[in-house]
Amino acid sequence: MEVISTNKERIYTLQFRGELDHHNAKEAIRQMELKLGAALPKQLLLDFAGVTFMDSSGIALAVRAQRQMTALGGNAALCNVPPQARKVFDAAGITRMVPILEEEKGK
Amino acid sequence: MKVKPNNYIAMEFLSRSVNEGFARTAVAAFAAQLDPTLEEIGDIKTAVSEAVTNAIVHAYPDELGKISVRAAVFEGNVLEITVRDWGCGIADVEKARQPLYTTGGEERSGMGFTIMESFMDALIVRSKPQKGTVVTMKRKIAIRSGRR
Repeated sequence: MEVISTNKERIYTLQFRGELDHHNAKEAIRQMELKLGAALPKQLLLDFAGVTFMDSSGIALAVRAQRQMTALGGNAALCNVPPQARKVFDAAGITRMVPILEEEKGK
Repeated sequence: MKVKPNNYIAMEFLSRSVNEGFARTAVAAFAAQLDPTLEEIGDIKTAVSEAVTNAIVHAYPDELGKISVRAAVFEGNVLEITVRDWGCGIADVEKARQPLYTTGGEERSGMGFTIMESFMDALIVRSKPQKGTVVTMKRKIAIRSGRR
């Protein structure tokens, strides 16, 4: 799983690419936390456009992101979530903890 | 009386996390004969991923062990998936099935069983401490118009 960071107009974006399952989640979470620890952003956008499969490991990742952002005095949101991943998030009621932005399209 | 399946596959692998992707992809490829929608395939892959991950993370916490996955097609376009391990078992299945309950690490959400339940039509969990766990899931694949 590839994690790419970009910083634009005060919004720090992490793009995830690949299959987000238990096998890949540990490394993806580690990369995310390292990047957040270095960048210390106030607003984090988790861009899931490149996520080709996701199971409940994605929920754990999103919750971890929100927790770290809260500790930094900021917040996290999800965008470009594909239908399969969206269904997993919805089953967990993730939007109570991490909002999913509907409008984000393109780069 | 045991109803015989029209078709089935069975596979066995070691509880290495790299096999999670293999297991869900293999079951999805087998399920393709039922002419599922993209959404149905996504549901099946997700449920298999959760069940196999549970076996890998919880059944064999300190060792590698055997996991078997069987997928069968029954009359009426019903797919049945069985994930079996011979690991440590679950002491309290009811508790384990509750949302957010987890004994896993920080990369686990405690939502595995909840997702299996909501994505499948039926979920049966049988477990005996020190003997192992059998998770059986069923999903009817809608027969779409225009199908031969």
